[in-house]
Amino acid sequence: MSRLKKDYESSRFRRFEKWVDGEVSPPEFCMETRAPLKRIPPEELSGPRLNEEKINAQVYDERHNKELKIFRVVNKFASVALCVTLIGVLLWTVVYLPEFGNPDNPTNNEVAARYIEKGVEETGATNFVTGMILDYRAFDTFGESCVLFIAATCVQVLMRLDDSDDKEKMKKKQAEENDRIYEPKNDLILQKVSCVLVPLLFIFGIYIILNGHLSPGGGFSGGAVIGSGLILYLNAFGFKKTERFFTEKTFRRVSLAALTFYCLAKSYSFFTGANHLESGIPLGTPGAILSSGLILPLNICVGLVVACTMYAFYTLFRKGGM
Amino acid sequence: MDFIRNFPFFSIILAMFCGIVSSVLKGHWAKRLCLFMVTAQIVLSGSVLFYTVQTGESFIYMMGHFPAPWGNEIRAGILEALMATGFSVIMLLSLLGGISHVFTDVEGTKTNLFFILVDLLMSSLLALIYTNDLFTAYVFVEINTIAACGLIMIRQNGHGIVAAIRYMVMSLLGSGMFLISLTLLYDITGHLLMEPARDAVENIVRTGSYDVPLLVVIGLMSVGLAVKSGLYPFHSWIPETYGYATPAASAILSSLVSKGYIFLLIKVFYRVLGFGTVVGSGVMNLLFVFGLFGMLIGSVRAIRETDTRRMVAYSSVAQIGYIYMGIGLGTQAGMVAAVFHILTHAATKSLLFISAVGLYEVSDGRTDYVSLRGSGYRNRTAGLAFAVGALSMVGFPMLSGFISKLLFATAAVQSPHKMVFTILGLAVSTILNAIYFLRLVISIYSPPEREYGPDESHQASRMLKVASFLFVAVNLVLGLFSKPIVDGINAGLGMFL
Repeated sequence: MSRLKKDYESSRFRRFEKWVDGEVSPPEFCMETRAPLKRIPPEELSGPRLNEEKINAQVYDERHNKELKIFRVVNKFASVALCVTLIGVLLWTVVYLPEFGNPDNPTNNEVAARYIEKGVEETGATNFVTGMILDYRAFDTFGESCVLFIAATCVQVLMRLDDSDDKEKMKKKQAEENDRIYEPKNDLILQKVSCVLVPLLFIFGIYIILNGHLSPGGGFSGGAVIGSGLILYLNAFGFKKTERFFTEKTFRRVSLAALTFYCLAKSYSFFTGANHLESGIPLGTPGAILSSGLILPLNICVGLVVACTMYAFYTLFRKGGM
Repeated sequence: MDFIRNFPFFSIILAMFCGIVSSVLKGHWAKRLCLFMVTAQIVLSGSVLFYTVQTGESFIYMMGHFPAPWGNEIRAGILEALMATGFSVIMLLSLLGGISHVFTDVEGTKTNLFFILVDLLMSSLLALIYTNDLFTAYVFVEINTIAACGLIMIRQNGHGIVAAIRYMVMSLLGSGMFLISLTLLYDITGHLLMEPARDAVENIVRTGSYDVPLLVVIGLMSVGLAVKSGLYPFHSWIPETYGYATPAASAILSSLVSKGYIFLLIKVFYRVLGFGTVVGSGVMNLLFVFGLFGMLIGSVRAIRETDTRRMVAYSSVAQIGYIYMGIGLGTQAGMVAAVFHILTHAATKSLLFISAVGLYEVSDGRTDYVSLRGSGYRNRTAGLAFAVGALSMVGFPMLSGFISKLLFATAAVQSPHKMVFTILGLAVSTILNAIYFLRLVISIYSPPEREYGPDESHQASRMLKVASFLFVAVNLVLGLFSKPIVDGINAGLGMFL
């Protein structure tokens, strides 16, 4: 027979039972964070009920909420300590690293030697860097183009405003589309300058891409130049003019075509390479514009993807669409 | 060369290609393509697994016309194939379980973007598993990080965006450390492919020429990937990230994304830095200590949570702690236990996330314990699935969690210095696990206190039911037929050497 307790409510077992049932009341001075049982209609939520300052002051009340205070202090010190340690460790490591430019360094090994000595013969590109990223290590570069593609996808997830039934969203979309009302953009100086600059930028970008295998440059840098040309044109003349040749459809089609071509072409090349088959793609004479096998078309693909992505980033951040 | 040797390459490229094509498809077609792709992955990886078990050796696949150390390579052995198969099975089940929610949680015009993210995430997971090149690993770590951010914020509510920002900051810190360690490693070895890099590392260890940079490389690599997978004390992003994403995304993130990084870490330890070197450097002890702390603190925080979603998420902190504790033991047996627990946790945690949603959808969308009472009766499939998942996490015999705990304990006995701490940690953490999981199981099966509104759940979705039962089946398979899997992991780790 167990002893009967008078104050059952405050006994240990009762407290345990309460805890199992989830009937624990929130700690003192803490905000009640459970949702109310009745659902509150959204129009009631805004207005006087939702005083953000008051709520924040209560939630982040350091004077009463000791846990939060400790958390904040500890985290501040911990993050500073982490950064300082990391900086210290890295500086300490630098002392022990191989001396810069020393010919006996581990990096000056057979890998670099083959890229330089046999690069032209094996890839057909007189620019070793392009030969390396688009032929020797083309899989990594395909991964990098996919990084751009997925980054553009994420920005679309976050920023793109689509047609929807929600009135609030449509209002926002319309407000964003009229952004030229607030910015006096028909600036004569800007327009005249970009009349001169934009064609030059395009031609220069195309030159960098097409000559990627012959001279310094390539898809990534050329694409960035073309993308900035597009952005300049957009800033000078506004969305109405750019939408005549570049809409979201264009963006999707161009990046789809470029990435699909890259994917299929390189898959073919990987497949033949791994199975020790002849790929049958002529390398041409090194130094000629039509040479180095797949590198030229791949450079064009990368350039298109980069240009479109840069332009897409800009327009998505500016008005949530293209 | 056998045709099957092409399969790892096919599976990575197929996933990427599906992602690219999905950008012009409508949501429903993107869904079909994605499900087809993941099913194909199971077939492809399963064949590779069968092939590697048959031949008993690993193989290297050149990505292009140039062999190592000049061109990219991928490599497949038993362990890689096993992981790829396991990951694709869990990916398929998580998608099936959460797919009806995807169409309600995500804006209608953006559903195809969700599937692009999933496709590319799958490709990056496979590439992290199969890679034989350190820089390829880094490129796909980037894809993995960005895709994970997208999956977290695609639900577009305030919580999701805050969680995505937190996740991004922590994850980029980890990526940065990983990248710095790669550059340092390249500086002292001159190689990015794993075999030549390992030869160079062995040379460094023998001559003792670059001891300090090597130590820093090991440290940064471990810490960087540990931050990305959410090891204590870098776990603060986990509860929000896993708690507020759409269910399929929570399941994928908790069970696969963090595990991909852990697997990469194990691969780098064995294939590049050399297991003996890493054990000798003492970094293992660090991982062991933080793993232990994670096990205990994650569980304590889970007990204190009043929100069940966040509780399940905190339990992930504890489970990641288990895995790092296994790695930190610094023995082959500990590593086997850790790899097995990767599979266990992946199979169980995705089941918990998928079924927990079913429970609170029949409780007016509320996630506290009182409201969840009786939800096991209101949504029977979800209740059963959650109970099985919870029991498995606690370590109930016949389920996968039991085998993991058994393996951890066995491994602990073999490493005398860490035995006491491991066994004690396991015991305490198991009790804590039991406290918070069984409490919830009791809650969902106790009589409800009030009337509930209309059922807004997706329990009519046939796919969800099928997925729940298949998850339970996977758990039972891992628990009842663990011997061949453990043998496979052992053989696969042997191939790494």
